[in-house]
Amino acid sequence: KCPGRLADYASAYVHRRIPGGPGKLTLLCDANTDGSFLVHHFLSFYLKANCKVCFVALIQSFSHYNIVGQKLGVSLTVARECGQLVFLEGLKSSVDVFFRAQAEPHPLQFLREANAENLQPLYEFVREALKPVDDGEAAWRCPVLLVDDLSVLLSLGMGAVAVLDFIHYCRATVCWERKGNIVALVHDSGDTEDEENNILLNGLSHQSHLILRAEGLATGFCRDVHGQLRILWRTPSQPTTQRDQSLTYQYKIQDKSVSFFAKGMSPAVL
Amino acid sequence: MAAVATCGTGAGSTGSVVAAGSKNHVTSFQRRGPRASGSDSSYSRLVSIAGTRPSVRNGQLLVSTGLPALDQLLGGGLAVGTVLLIEEDKYNIYSSLLFKYFLAEGIINGHTLLVASAKEDPADILQELPAPLLDDNFKKDFDEEACNHKTAESNIKMKIAWRYQLLPKMEAGPVSSSRFGHYYDASKKMPQELIEASKWHGFFFPEKSSSTLNIEPCSLTHGYIKLLQFIQNIIYEEGFDGSNPQKKQKNILRIGIQNLGSPLWGDDICCTENGNSHSLTKFLYVLRGLLRTSLSACMITMPTHLIQNKAIISRVTNLSDTVVGLESFIGSERETNPLYKDYHGLIHIRQIPRLNNLIYDVSDVKDLAFKLKRKLFTIEFLHTNTDRVNTEKTFITSDFRVIHVF
Repeated sequence: KCPGRLADYASAYVHRRIPGGPGKLTLLCDANTDGSFLVHHFLSFYLKANCKVCFVALIQSFSHYNIVGQKLGVSLTVARECGQLVFLEGLKSSVDVFFRAQAEPHPLQFLREANAENLQPLYEFVREALKPVDDGEAAWRCPVLLVDDLSVLLSLGMGAVAVLDFIHYCRATVCWERKGNIVALVHDSGDTEDEENNILLNGLSHQSHLILRAEGLATGFCRDVHGQLRILWRTPSQPTTQRDQSLTYQYKIQDKSVSFFAKGMSPAVL
Repeated sequence: MAAVATCGTGAGSTGSVVAAGSKNHVTSFQRRGPRASGSDSSYSRLVSIAGTRPSVRNGQLLVSTGLPALDQLLGGGLAVGTVLLIEEDKYNIYSSLLFKYFLAEGIINGHTLLVASAKEDPADILQELPAPLLDDNFKKDFDEEACNHKTAESNIKMKIAWRYQLLPKMEAGPVSSSRFGHYYDASKKMPQELIEASKWHGFFFPEKSSSTLNIEPCSLTHGYIKLLQFIQNIIYEEGFDGSNPQKKQKNILRIGIQNLGSPLWGDDICCTENGNSHSLTKFLYVLRGLLRTSLSACMITMPTHLIQNKAIISRVTNLSDTVVGLESFIGSERETNPLYKDYHGLIHIRQIPRLNNLIYDVSDVKDLAFKLKRKLFTIEFLHTNTDRVNTEKTFITSDFRVIHVF
């Protein structure tokens, strides 16, 4: 049986591997299941690790993430108040942007436009949120950009290329310039022939250091095993010397945690 | 979630005022289990809205869909602030019925309704709502009262007095606000008096299409923009989002949108594979934003079987909170299948939201069928038998345990 906090182990492994090196892009992906538990995990993980987090939360309301965060041991309200967390609440902001013309460019400006070319206002927002604070005292550890999720940007009229450009710009600033990390969730649309989403997913898979892929079980629904988590370490900078490594675990989501176990080793079966 | 205005200064003791102002959102509503509090400190006051109850799982405020069986399958009901998407059956017979149950439930609970359709005038839709199933005793009283008032002298006085008499009776009987979820008689129509006593807003697209837009065109079809504007207007004007200090709204807004995505709304995703692929999804996103920031719940019926581009269906599913698909047996080969002979169709619970939680209540049994008997719409677990070809035989016992036989 492997340690319960597997996702911690995986991300810690990646961070240890190249200490002090440029930041990492971690791709979260879900296929035939709901991978949002991974988002909640990383949010609480980085907040507990004292990192400055910019969370582009496009899918649920602040209170949803806050309530789940409390179960995982962090308070988003406190983090936001003391400046550790910059939270973009997509649903609430979309109403403001859509119905009222804004004086200044808004990160979700593209909702008002018929043919938005790029996500520059959103990138500016992230850059501003994670800029280093010049008061001499380093209050927080490395900056982190967390996005839940990128697939919804396609539903809102942006093309896959615009989203890839956005991540590219964020990577330049957050990962290389500021030595921070990016964690983003993309859905795998499977066989629904969502071409834009496939372009986005393939493009990001190629440039990620770590891919965590939650999949529904091939045999269908099961009460004791909610799905399978595939972890893929990639080292894009050294393609020939080190082969990609991958591990697969099955998991069950509980009220306040997720338990992992090797395939076929669910406590329900043993 | 919306912040409900706190009660007047003269009312509560200093104790309760302090609690309301607390930064940690401690509420007076304490539960033994996980924290039940919603996002704001006035959650305890929200619990007393007619026709709502908190979820036992996560304390989320729920309303009934109008079908108690469906409420149970969805984990207790429809959460306030969320969207329930019904994938229409082929001829829109049963989905239309579910739509009416949803609206009827709103009338019985005294909720405000917002009915949007591009096909039927909302006033006509309301006329077709099913009547609530009343206990026999109550029904007798109701009839007697009606007879007594018919012999009154002054017309105007009788009308006012009769409605005034009517409302308390409603609350005392089986359709009182303490009850969650009611049963409806599909063969009878909702009494006219109840419809007239209710508060509702109608959006009939053919009538609204000519008025001007105050939002610049942004890849949303004209119909969707107008509908969003209309909904936002009602929410703001009537105080459902808590932003208007004058309006202390303690009621739920039930939004029902019929046949969203159909060509009648001006959308072409049902006609061609390369239709406007962002209009509907953008609409759903902004709609959900409106719902999350107000005391409202929305049911949408959508003819997904007509949508040509499968990617859109998957995106629409991701943008909705709860998704239920209806599949009727009319005209399909399943109609003659002896397995399904007692039923009219299948219900597929495609998605249930995980709100404020990592997990959700999921029923073990996935095969659900429905039938519309003379009066009632019932949902049942589908019983399999040995005739069904399956490498692994699955039996469902009478107490709904699943047994596998290899």
